[in-house]
Amino acid sequence: MTAIPIAPLPRARRLSATPGQIALALAIAAFLLLFLGLPVGTVLYVGFTEKGTGSFTLVNFYDFVRTELFMRSLWNSFYVSAMSVVWASVFALPLAYLTTRFVFRGAALVQTLGFLPLIMPPFVGAVAMQLFFGRNGSINLLLDDWCGLKIGFMEGLNGVIFVQSVHYFPFILINLSAALRNIDRAMEEAAQNLGSSGFRLFRRIVFPLALPGYLAGASLVFVKVFDDLATPLLLNVKDMLAPQAYLRVTSIGIADPMGYVISVVLIVASVTAMWLSARALKGRDYATTQRGGGGLARRIMTPWEAVLGYGVVILILALVLAPHLALLLLSFATIWSFSPLPDAFTLAHYARVFGESSLYIKNTLIYATLAGGIDIVLGVAIAYLVLRTKLVGREWLDWAASAALAIPGVVLGIGYLRAFYGVTLPDGTPLASLWITIVLALAIRRLPYALRACSAALQQISVSLEEAAENLGATKARTVRRIVVPLMAGGILAGFVTSFSTAAVELSATLMLVQSNSDAPLAYGLYVFMQSAAGRGPGAALGVVAVLLVALCTVLSHLIIERSQKAKGMGH
Amino acid sequence: MNAIAPLTTPAVSVDIQGVNVSYGDNHVLKNVDLAIKSGEFFAFLGPSGCGKTTLLRLIAGFNQADSGSVLIGGKDISGLPPWKRDVGMVFQSYALWPHMTVARNVAFGLEERGVARDEVRRRVALALDLVGLGHLAERRPSQLSGGQQQRVAVARTVAIEPKVLLLDEPLSNLDAKMRAQVRRELRELQQRLGLTTIFVTHDQEEANTICDRIAVMNDGVIQQVGTPMELYERPANLFVANFLGTANIMAGKIVGTGRDRRFEIEGGMQIHVAETSGVPDRAKLVFRPQHARLSPAGGPSQASFSLTCDIIGREFLGSSIRYFARAGATEVAVDMPFQSSRQLFEPGTAAMLNLDYSSVLWLAE
Repeated sequence: MTAIPIAPLPRARRLSATPGQIALALAIAAFLLLFLGLPVGTVLYVGFTEKGTGSFTLVNFYDFVRTELFMRSLWNSFYVSAMSVVWASVFALPLAYLTTRFVFRGAALVQTLGFLPLIMPPFVGAVAMQLFFGRNGSINLLLDDWCGLKIGFMEGLNGVIFVQSVHYFPFILINLSAALRNIDRAMEEAAQNLGSSGFRLFRRIVFPLALPGYLAGASLVFVKVFDDLATPLLLNVKDMLAPQAYLRVTSIGIADPMGYVISVVLIVASVTAMWLSARALKGRDYATTQRGGGGLARRIMTPWEAVLGYGVVILILALVLAPHLALLLLSFATIWSFSPLPDAFTLAHYARVFGESSLYIKNTLIYATLAGGIDIVLGVAIAYLVLRTKLVGREWLDWAASAALAIPGVVLGIGYLRAFYGVTLPDGTPLASLWITIVLALAIRRLPYALRACSAALQQISVSLEEAAENLGATKARTVRRIVVPLMAGGILAGFVTSFSTAAVELSATLMLVQSNSDAPLAYGLYVFMQSAAGRGPGAALGVVAVLLVALCTVLSHLIIERSQKAKGMGH
Repeated sequence: MNAIAPLTTPAVSVDIQGVNVSYGDNHVLKNVDLAIKSGEFFAFLGPSGCGKTTLLRLIAGFNQADSGSVLIGGKDISGLPPWKRDVGMVFQSYALWPHMTVARNVAFGLEERGVARDEVRRRVALALDLVGLGHLAERRPSQLSGGQQQRVAVARTVAIEPKVLLLDEPLSNLDAKMRAQVRRELRELQQRLGLTTIFVTHDQEEANTICDRIAVMNDGVIQQVGTPMELYERPANLFVANFLGTANIMAGKIVGTGRDRRFEIEGGMQIHVAETSGVPDRAKLVFRPQHARLSPAGGPSQASFSLTCDIIGREFLGSSIRYFARAGATEVAVDMPFQSSRQLFEPGTAAMLNLDYSSVLWLAE
């Protein structure tokens, strides 16, 4: 009996994973380290070291603080982000509140239309908005005719704030609507029962319960605006942080430390904003619809409230849909200048976009498809390792992949340039100038989205389904292939579509990485077109193509999710 | 001990008069009349969808009646909004606000009433002590167990010293063991406060154990009002007989007249029911399992009347054995005290089912 070997047992427990799983985890870790860790690490390293010697220093940051332009840029970025949150809230609050807490005809339509701005890249919207709201745009021309005044909607920072808040307010709308919908009517009724009503009821019960949802949306808007490069550039606003980082690196060169210092500041601001919102949200999952609850309480509006409510909603929708209309008009316009509407219409811009400039579209489809593909492979693998194995340190993969959310696109682009420019291929071309770098950067940027979709899909699959397969003789690998992946298909596809469609219109990182026009994707082409007055027509046509592409993908992913939820009717 | 009682307002009666509620074509409450006495612990009992919760919410002001009125202490409150009614309601889901501590939850109603801050603090402490949760005042609702949450919900409601206390299925989110304990606590609290209390439940045991009187409801109509024992002993109709406890119901028809009048049970057997016995022409024979006795087949009759039956199964319940037997076309349950495992009726054999006129009911269809 003493011959029973006891030694192998603890070892088996310590590894607690098959060799295949360990190899997979190591491969993913290597990929993340190389294409996320290394570039970001490089940026941090350069920011904190002395140029030439490589010794640690804070002098770069001292220079940053001493330079009036940078400090102004920092303040401007902060101001624009904060004001964008304010205005996005002004647009989102009435829409969310009216459509969720009242009997509101067309609530579904309003919620759908409220999504629309998201499918248009903000820098595309920027150009379109100039036409309606600019100094000599339609609105101001009309105002000038009628009242003899002009309003500087689009002047300087105001323009950035206006464009960003119109573009990003759906983030607040979505989160706030969800939060408002999740308030059980018993929560309100209990307050009424104890003597509360009207605005006091809203202030003491409804608003605090919806606050976490609002904060989640607001912090997202803040971070997105703070990081955005293309919109200020297109509006010719240069004294903000992201444009400064871009300009330093592109005009002075990748050796200049200031671009990296600004990048560090951008990262710190992003991480801080996310950390603050995570802290504020901690332990505040207020979703209160529950067993025995009565569902949502919807009030009926009095006639006057209805007039006011519909008026406000229509005004806001008109405002946020204006860029789409303007873009469409511009794409068909011969000349549109100093007049409320274009002079005449033509199809020439589309002919050009699909003719000589179709390269942009082709490149975009290739890049976004590859990036989306990489994302779902990584997403499925990481989700499986995290949720289904006991591998030591598996959460780190999840965190590392999600950390990409906190890295602004311009920072990742700068990191890629610096980290991979020195790496040359056998024929002497630097790695950073190859189009595959663009794909990798896009894949890293969109990985968090795909990962969330894959994790959610895997979480919905009961482990017993896999155990049943193993019980009947399938190995882990075959179980994944025959049971897990087919059941996750809907979620995987939705993840792919999300990654694909957002990668297709990404500009912040690509702006840094595109080395030649023949490698450029659609967003870059758009940016180049929009630089000149003559390019606006084709640029707008390209913008319409981009909007349609993203819209199509969004509808597709909704359909996929809906269908896979229906197919899983067995789940409940 | 009675620090919070007696209440500043004495217990009041609740009267519901000719109330009708419908949602579209769905007539949820039909001509409901009820008189609930002051200080009474009263239950609305019925299956889900019977209208009991609608009636409770009507009293709280969350539903509107198409016609009829609700009187509290003799005053019609039908026109008042929920926040002016002074009827405290404990919600089925408790509806504790997750963004407030226990103490803030309990203070809410007092603050809404403009009670001075010191007084609020004093009464919050009293209310929490009343339910034995004074030490958890600074916790969040999510940090409490289900039973504790339930008690906070009660404290929050009684803190405002309501005229009437409404309890909407307050025990349904608790496990079986907690349920028995909490319902005793509720009864005790109600006795101590002397508060008119209305309790909604679908569980007859809950209603039977703690309520003074019960209104049994079905399909929007009050079927019967009475004390638990009255309802059990003298159900007014088949629904009440069936809903409260186990009832054996035998269908049949009256044949013959005068002294020869008989009740013919489905399946052929007949029972003498003289016209003077008061048995209606269209009725069903109803009896409880413990009111019948089994005896060996072929033996002498031991009761007013005996029916032959076939034993088809049995369940050992400890102090008694429940037999399932087929008499004519009907399957019935009969409880016999358990004496010894040697004196049992075996499934598959015949037996006699003995019943007394005094312990059976004849209920109109």
